[in-house]
Amino acid sequence: MTDPTPAAPILTVRDLRVSFAGARKSWNRVVHGLSLDVAAGETVALVGESGSGKSVTSLAMMRLLDPATSRIEGSITLDGHELLALSEADMVAKIRGQRATMIFQEPMTSLHPIYTVGDQLIEALTCHRPMAASAARKAAVALMERVRIPDAARRLDDYPHAFSGGMRQRVMIAMALASRPKLLIADEPTTALDVTVQGEILSLLKELQAEYGMAMLFVTHDMGVVAEMADRTVVMLRGDVVEEGTTEQVFRAPRQPYTRALLASVPALGSMAGEPVPLRFPVIDIATGAATPGTPLARQPDFSAPLLEVRDLVTRFDVRGGLLRRKVARVHAVENLSFAIHPAETLALVGESGCGKSTTGRAIIRLAGGQSSGSVRLGATELFGLDAARLRRQRREIQMIPQDPLASLNPRMTIGEALVEPFLEHRMGPFAAARAKAARLMDQVGLAPQMLERFPHEFSGGQRQRLCIARALMLDPKVIIADESVSALDVSVKAQVVNLLLDIQERTGIAFLFISHDIAVVERISHRIAVMYQGEIVEIGPRAAVMETPLHPYTRRLIDAVAIPDPARRHLRRSQPPSDLMNPIRDLSFVPPSRRYREATPGHFVRED
Amino acid sequence: MSLYESEDPDMTTDLDTPPPAPPAGGDPAPPLGPWRRALRGLASSPAAVLSGLGILLIVLAMALAPAYAKYVAKTDPFRSGLSAKIMIDGTRVPVMQRSTEGLGLGVTPIGPTWGPQYFLGADNQGRDVAARFLYGGQNSLFIAGAATLLCLACAALVGIVAGYAGGAIDAVLSNLIDMIWAFPVYLLAISLSIVMLGKSFDFGPIHLSSSSLILPIVIIGLVYVPYVARPVRGRVIAITNSEFVLAARALGIRPSRILWRHILPNVATTLIVFAPMLMALNIVTESSLSFLSVGVQAPNASWGTILQDGQALLYSRPVVSMAPGIAIMVTVMLLNLFGDVLRDILDPKSVRGR
Amino acid sequence: MLAAMLSRLARMVVVMLGISILTFLIFFATPGADPAARIAGRNAAPETVAAVRHDFGLDQPIWVQYGAMMRKMFITGDLTSFVNRGEKIVPTLRAAAPVTLSLVAGAAVLWMALGALTGILAAATRGRWPDKMLMGLSMMAVAMPVFWVGEMVNLITQSRLHNTWAFSWVPPLGYVPFTESPLRWALALVFPWLTLAFLYIGLYGRMLRTGIIETYQEDYIRTARAKGLTARRVLLKHATRSAIIPVVIMFGMDFGVLVGGAAVLTEVVFGLNGVGRLTYQALKVLDLPMIMASVLYASFFVVLANAIVDLLCILIDPRMRRK
Repeated sequence: MTDPTPAAPILTVRDLRVSFAGARKSWNRVVHGLSLDVAAGETVALVGESGSGKSVTSLAMMRLLDPATSRIEGSITLDGHELLALSEADMVAKIRGQRATMIFQEPMTSLHPIYTVGDQLIEALTCHRPMAASAARKAAVALMERVRIPDAARRLDDYPHAFSGGMRQRVMIAMALASRPKLLIADEPTTALDVTVQGEILSLLKELQAEYGMAMLFVTHDMGVVAEMADRTVVMLRGDVVEEGTTEQVFRAPRQPYTRALLASVPALGSMAGEPVPLRFPVIDIATGAATPGTPLARQPDFSAPLLEVRDLVTRFDVRGGLLRRKVARVHAVENLSFAIHPAETLALVGESGCGKSTTGRAIIRLAGGQSSGSVRLGATELFGLDAARLRRQRREIQMIPQDPLASLNPRMTIGEALVEPFLEHRMGPFAAARAKAARLMDQVGLAPQMLERFPHEFSGGQRQRLCIARALMLDPKVIIADESVSALDVSVKAQVVNLLLDIQERTGIAFLFISHDIAVVERISHRIAVMYQGEIVEIGPRAAVMETPLHPYTRRLIDAVAIPDPARRHLRRSQPPSDLMNPIRDLSFVPPSRRYREATPGHFVRED
Repeated sequence: MSLYESEDPDMTTDLDTPPPAPPAGGDPAPPLGPWRRALRGLASSPAAVLSGLGILLIVLAMALAPAYAKYVAKTDPFRSGLSAKIMIDGTRVPVMQRSTEGLGLGVTPIGPTWGPQYFLGADNQGRDVAARFLYGGQNSLFIAGAATLLCLACAALVGIVAGYAGGAIDAVLSNLIDMIWAFPVYLLAISLSIVMLGKSFDFGPIHLSSSSLILPIVIIGLVYVPYVARPVRGRVIAITNSEFVLAARALGIRPSRILWRHILPNVATTLIVFAPMLMALNIVTESSLSFLSVGVQAPNASWGTILQDGQALLYSRPVVSMAPGIAIMVTVMLLNLFGDVLRDILDPKSVRGR
Repeated sequence: MLAAMLSRLARMVVVMLGISILTFLIFFATPGADPAARIAGRNAAPETVAAVRHDFGLDQPIWVQYGAMMRKMFITGDLTSFVNRGEKIVPTLRAAAPVTLSLVAGAAVLWMALGALTGILAAATRGRWPDKMLMGLSMMAVAMPVFWVGEMVNLITQSRLHNTWAFSWVPPLGYVPFTESPLRWALALVFPWLTLAFLYIGLYGRMLRTGIIETYQEDYIRTARAKGLTARRVLLKHATRSAIIPVVIMFGMDFGVLVGGAAVLTEVVFGLNGVGRLTYQALKVLDLPMIMASVLYASFFVVLANAIVDLLCILIDPRMRRK
């Protein structure tokens, strides 16, 4: 890493400009003059938030953009070929799938659903080099084994839907390796994957790169992944390169304010060691680079009496099938969950996809569907015994902030209508009071009250999430369930929204149930953490205890898999065997085992397995 | 345009800045609601504007039927005029001329004069085809339009009830929809009309004579209900399970208000998208039923009945068949063109999102 | 698999039972409908109507009538017409079936082949002149009533241009059995085939084009292109294969409905005595047994076609094989 360009570059990009056709024959330029080099065996990361033009750049390099609506200018030289001068036929014959290959963000949709994995692999093998069917099959099996897909020979004839997301991404990688490319472009290859699977895929890519001596262009928004993978880093902002250098330099001594702001917004696992209470993100002004350090949360939770108490919560869904649509199996989404939340406290529920954390959030307010049992007490009220009308009134006390704010706002209502509606429905006062409160809350979440007349589509992602927060606050709830509420946001926006949530907690004493897969954010915001695995809590306790002395093996695995935005702390193990998450579908006869928990230190419980 | 991946420029320029630049002080531009956005989209599409104008023009032309009959053709197109004579180039010519075909025994109605009277010639009963064509167009458009509204109303009712209620009600309604779907549309329509046209229709206080236009409207309106009800039901289910309805429930909004304020306005687009296409389908259906003499009944005219009148004169006076046929084709094409643009604008499926 | 097929079969029977009951109710329970009065004639005396009513068993409870009719149709097979007394229903229907089948099958081959070609070609040249031309034609095809197209075809081939070299070979309207002369069978059906197929070529071409264009937005198409496949291979193997699935479903439904008698308009215009025309004539004179038989016949094909389509989809689309 001392010598950033060890060999002559395989890929040379000079002054790349990409424009899209806009309205009335105008061209909107989205990439303004990007230049970079990637040498054999080197990994260059292209980092940026949404709208930075990083994905467009990667597609432009493969010339996968629609020539009718896009324009690519400048120069892209790959292995001696000037790509922008090649005809489409030459791109097919010489470049795509030969010298350069690509893997994408969405493994679930990137494979053709109606061909077997083997068909698609063999197609990648044979479309440039004709070979006998048996030889191609053998080569395909070898590739699948190379990317560590267990039982490769048999799985070759399976269809993509029989594979998990991580396995599909392995197939994509195998396909990309089929022609031993000189350059692999990876466009957010692990963004859609669970954290433990992400770790495995990243280590696999590293390993294969060393073996094949490929150049790798790694497009991502995730600073942790960059720190883990890249030799050099290029930071993009709105189509411009703002900073470029070795990964060490960029992380150690960022020169540009934007890079500093970006890095400051990235939650780093372990950075909270020694901090007693949740800590706001530092704020860095992008224009000047002036930094305001994050302040800790001033208000302390009141542990005298629980506000929300969940006991033995169980949620199951029937799987029906066969002739008479009888029950054939059952999804044990949530099994015997118990926890309590106190006033002004944040309890985080962490786990990977399918662990039942979102179902838990919905089951608490009885919106999960399926069959739920157990007990949810809010103060003195038992929610599981209420009739529909009383439950509806009771919902005022517990509010939700969703993952996808756009989807959770009715596209045909103005923001004003959406905010006023719950207030009036719960008869909390006259219309004028509702409007006044809505305007006040808009101001509190950092939006102009004049924006109440607008429709959801006229806001940006971060603004929409602020709107959802304001809507929840209209009812003065005691508890807010935040279900992956910041997961879909860009890092800088994510930091702002987290800070906003902490401000609200400090001011009002609202308790949060913070559901997330992102352990680094959880570490920042929560007082206590519960780790969920397959519908059950495996470990629960104060944040410092769980993060610093994790006791359950799953908690340890989860924490180990997180990529840390610090190139000095690269830690992902190589040659990891693939682990597939178990799904919680069980036979009808399945009786969940009874569990016991051990109290390691006060308040820190771990499941005894 | 080509088949390649087309990146949406909007998606690539959004760095947490709202799509339109917020107006800095002063008078803010009025917010663009989904409906107004759709209207603006229609107005900016040449295909939509032209086809919309075309449809309007056809409707206006047909509305002029009484004026045309009274002042131009000077005839009553609903009375037979077998013995009528008209002046052509200064000579009086009988409307029903001696047949030039076969043994010359029958009579053939006069062909197109391209003049004010009998512009398109006469039919077998010596009536002015051009005047009947306009009156028939009125009826065809009216029946198709009314049937479209009826069909949309029924389909909305069935689809919304089935989709929102779920459970047993949904099972019964869905199976009924499937069953009617399995029944060939034309056979169903013919059956219904034969039963209803058999004699006048009496049902309690309702009395309809067989020549009433209500019957074809009801028949045509009903047969396509399953075709619309099924997608409406799907849409209702999708919206009922959508995030924003879940959010409304979590906020404690009353179920009736959720249905009225959150679900229905979003189903409306599905219904609107169907309207022009359904209207086009209904025009063709009306003409087919009338052609089989189970649609509009004499003395009323429609494009379909004129086509039926023209059937006997096909080889001698093809213009009688050609005029309504071309009119149907043009109207249906314009409606479909308009419908295509409307669907592109309103149908969420065509809105690309990842 | 066996369970799935049994379930299909059970569903078929239920749907057909439902349709037969529905038809029966339309004709017997619709207010104002009195089959006896219709059979007796326009100005029949009340006694005559009563006699007819008794004679045809129309004075019995509805379910008894329904049962008797079903028994005669399926068990004894001696159901006879109400109108042409003595005419056996089942053989009449059997004679009409091959006419319709010839018409629809031939047209189906045409419209599937040309419809697929239209759709693929239009999608491949999206926005350029072949696409615009093909879509314009398709739009026209969809907009014209099929019987009117038939009339115009007849006008040209039977009358106006019949005596020119182009159309002098066109035989007069009507059907020639395949067993009598395959050549004359084909000649007699050429224009009915083209007429019927025209509409569906337009429909299917448009549908396939839209499907292919939508499929091109899928991530897996981008994967296929990044793999270095040629544009032709991406179009044919990756995009069309996915887009054709809804077209196949549509085809099954349309084919079933048409074989069952929905080709009535084409049959009427071209003087083909097929099932559709038979049903139409039975309906016009309210020949109840004939109506019941032909409606059941029609629904049988619809239901069968649906079942075959389901099976076909499972073959084409592995995702449906799950469970």
